[in-house]
Amino acid sequence: MKNTYDIVIIGGGPAGLAAAISAYDEGVKDILILEREERLGGILNQCIHNGFGLTRFKESLSGPEYAARFVDEVESRGIQVMTETTVLSLTKEKQITAMNSTYGVFVLQAKAVILAMGCRERSRGALNVAGSRPAGVYSAGTAQKYVNIKGYMPGKSVVILGSGDIGLIMARRMTLEGAKVHAVCEIMPYSSGLKRNIAQCLNDFDIPLYLNHTITKIEGEKRVTGVVVSEVDKDKKPIPGTEMHFDCDTVLFSVGLIPENELTKSAGIPLSPRTRGAVVYQNRETETDGVFACGNVLQVHDLVDFVSEESELAGRSASSYVKNGKRERNAVSVVNGQNIGYVVPQKIDKNLGGSVKLFFRVTNTFRDCTITVKCGDKILLQRKKRIVVPGEMETLLLTEEKLAEVDGVIEIILEESV
Amino acid sequence: MKRSLICIECPIGCEIEVETDNGKILSVKGNTCPRGKMYAENEVICPKRVVTSTVRASNGMMVPVKTDKPVKKSEMFTVMEKINKTVCELPVKIGDILLENISEDANLIVAGNIK
Amino acid sequence: MFDIIVIGGGVIGGTILRELTKYQLKVCLVEKENDVCMGQSKANSGIVHAGFDAQPGTLKARFNVAGNKMMPAYAKELGVKYINNGSLVVAFTEEDFQTLQTLKKRGEENGVADMEIISAERLREIEPNVSEEALGALWAKTGGIICPYGLTIAAIGNAMDNGAKLYTDFEVSSIAKTNGVFEVTAKDGRALNSRLVINCAGLASGKIAEMAGDTDIRVSARKGEYILLDRESGDFVSHTLFFTPTKAGKGILVSQTVDNNILLGPTSEEQDNGCTDTTAEGLSFVIEKVRKMSKNPPLFNTITSFAGVRAYCDRHDFIIEESQKVQGLIHCAGIESPGLTSAPAIAKYVTEELVCKMLAPARNDGFNGTREADYFFKNLSIEEKNAIIAKDPSYGKIVCRCEQITEGEILRAIRENPPAKNVDAVKRRTRAGMGRCQGGFCQPYVAELIAKEQNIPLEKVTKNGKGAELVVGVSK
Repeated sequence: MKNTYDIVIIGGGPAGLAAAISAYDEGVKDILILEREERLGGILNQCIHNGFGLTRFKESLSGPEYAARFVDEVESRGIQVMTETTVLSLTKEKQITAMNSTYGVFVLQAKAVILAMGCRERSRGALNVAGSRPAGVYSAGTAQKYVNIKGYMPGKSVVILGSGDIGLIMARRMTLEGAKVHAVCEIMPYSSGLKRNIAQCLNDFDIPLYLNHTITKIEGEKRVTGVVVSEVDKDKKPIPGTEMHFDCDTVLFSVGLIPENELTKSAGIPLSPRTRGAVVYQNRETETDGVFACGNVLQVHDLVDFVSEESELAGRSASSYVKNGKRERNAVSVVNGQNIGYVVPQKIDKNLGGSVKLFFRVTNTFRDCTITVKCGDKILLQRKKRIVVPGEMETLLLTEEKLAEVDGVIEIILEESV
Repeated sequence: MKRSLICIECPIGCEIEVETDNGKILSVKGNTCPRGKMYAENEVICPKRVVTSTVRASNGMMVPVKTDKPVKKSEMFTVMEKINKTVCELPVKIGDILLENISEDANLIVAGNIK
Repeated sequence: MFDIIVIGGGVIGGTILRELTKYQLKVCLVEKENDVCMGQSKANSGIVHAGFDAQPGTLKARFNVAGNKMMPAYAKELGVKYINNGSLVVAFTEEDFQTLQTLKKRGEENGVADMEIISAERLREIEPNVSEEALGALWAKTGGIICPYGLTIAAIGNAMDNGAKLYTDFEVSSIAKTNGVFEVTAKDGRALNSRLVINCAGLASGKIAEMAGDTDIRVSARKGEYILLDRESGDFVSHTLFFTPTKAGKGILVSQTVDNNILLGPTSEEQDNGCTDTTAEGLSFVIEKVRKMSKNPPLFNTITSFAGVRAYCDRHDFIIEESQKVQGLIHCAGIESPGLTSAPAIAKYVTEELVCKMLAPARNDGFNGTREADYFFKNLSIEEKNAIIAKDPSYGKIVCRCEQITEGEILRAIRENPPAKNVDAVKRRTRAGMGRCQGGFCQPYVAELIAKEQNIPLEKVTKNGKGAELVVGVSK
């Protein structure tokens, strides 16, 4: 078997597919996609609901439909793919150890690597939710896999913790498939899901959303028999006396996504504690030359359309790296200041030229606020916002002209209007 | 009468206010695009939704499906019953019609390629 | 007709069963759950104690020290993960320091080797993340850690490989003895006969004794809650850190596990039933203590919390003896900490000093005490792995991505002795689902493999036995 490639892409979900296509179209044809599942498409295969592609294709597609557009493009270019292949380790020298049933354990050498492994769901365990540990406790994505891919109902009577989009989507999905969803509980004072999903997944089916509430106890010896839900105070501590009891056979957790960066860490590539993804330059190159990251392994996106956009950027950059080799950098840092949760990219290489789109999330819901990008006392950019919420990623474009003024650390802050 | 809606046409989720009088639309405020206006108008008169679900193929695999047009919100569970009784043969391609006129002029179509 | 029925598939029943197969005896083990190792042997600290804790002259002291010495070879023979990481009893007050002297002296009396009282400076050298407030520690170098379910499963599996029978879902409902023959009947009507019965029923050992007509065994339970951290934080500590015991109790421990997780806990709560719920108070207590013991514990890397029960007797020592009331009934009851450490020594004693004296069996020359480790695949070289994958491609397919467990390893766990019949059973044998995503990705696959191997529909696959089905039916 061939074991050197110009570009190896780890992950054949939306990020990996888009990166492969753009890298190819930029002139590097010797590309291999490694995918652990049987088919390409990643998590989109189980996201059978519609609403994907509105930004990119101006139409509302199902997850599999969105994925198919990219899979078709990959296939028509003849880009090589290895499915049911798991990457076991990665080195800074871009050596990849992988395994599958056909070739066993094998080592590949790449000129450039694109990390596109996606993310995983936070589990019940990570939250220390008290109670028993019966069957019927699932992350929303696992339930989605059972229902949409395997064709099984994980339960008939459901309480959902967390109002992330997957939780909201599963509330509707379970209801349509005949289950009763009693409640969606959210510990924060706001939902982390899209407003439209609250409307069409909860309101359409009269499913109550309890903000400032959490599950304080799971009951049931063998299978879930019920949960206790309590209101929380501003420190997220349950308020005694506010307990509500729900009989149910299933609890779904939709409490956040975590980039899957085990390989990134194993290669010694620095991560941002904020995003839990790699620290990257605006071209999505990590601190390790020739290793790029894009999609949910870099930062958890709300919309796949933006995953595709980011991944095309990574693909182009990887292609350029293969063709032109390592560059001299002239780097400045971008840091998240007051009321900003994180910002990507964390570094800007001024030698790359062009404008830079900053992706960031705010730490709370703010109305009538001002977002400022500055360098020392110099204000580079300022935008007024009517409303911003942590559940929705924000972007700002820093033009080349503005970047020319930058001579130190760039900071992005949010100020509430007084 | 005034009604507040959240537009579901795109991820922005505009908060729209519709004013009606005896089923007649007087004004639509808060939308940022024409699709939002249309959504709001339909929503107060006859709300409709695209239904997405799965159909079991004869070999047991699940096939993603959707209605090719929005169906009446009140008909969603009737549509689901029909979907649940539908069986298909593999392979299927995106856009294959599995059930014509599942609700009014909406068809049930395949929403994912399954080999 | 069996020579011996062992009641209870925990570490004591399991190691005894294995020891018995060294003789020409017809033996079986009955277990009320769907898998072995479902009680206190499943959810405990996994510590191989040095032996300084127990009062000299007790059975606890005797079997602890003997078991500690046996464990390295025993674990190796059975392919069970064991690490001699050493224990540290950490002192925070002058009074604690006095207690360390007492513990050391007690250990020496019990026959514990290699103990040393070390300064705060030395302590921080070997455990940099220990609290700044620690004044020093008792370092017991013979202390170790072991996989408690790995040990139990391997002992029972090896016993089965040597001819022992296993009956799961066999909840004993009555024990009768007529003409010197026991009849042990299960709730579902199954009945087995034997010449001897060994009661290793843990929390239920009092009830079992009573069924046989012996009311001398009085067992109570205590619950312990734990928090487990991701392997990513696995080097937070390398030893097992204990608080110095005070009148108020023993406190919790902070320890590395053999799988390189970090284990925090347990609490100690009186319990009138076998309830293993975790509580907000219990988990907060653990967190508070961990913060006292160590600097900046990486609690953000929590992957799960759980609770286990520990049975103890009013005699506050192990009960390992033939019943005073019923001849041929042997009790192993009240086996609380250091029961796991003591297990190999207890098994040897029960077999050689009790059973052999009663039945005088001949040696089983065909006994093979070695067992291939459940995790054998992971430790192979690339060439060795590829040789296996060439023969069995299922070893090339990763099912559990967090712990990198292959389909081949899962199938092996379902097929080998004792067969894994449910998802949790697969988890304990292979670690599939034990990692940071807690089975989020792999559970549907593992369930499908179980369904296929057992030729049952997926709706019948359980988390941990009947009533714990994973799905309630097909969606259409």
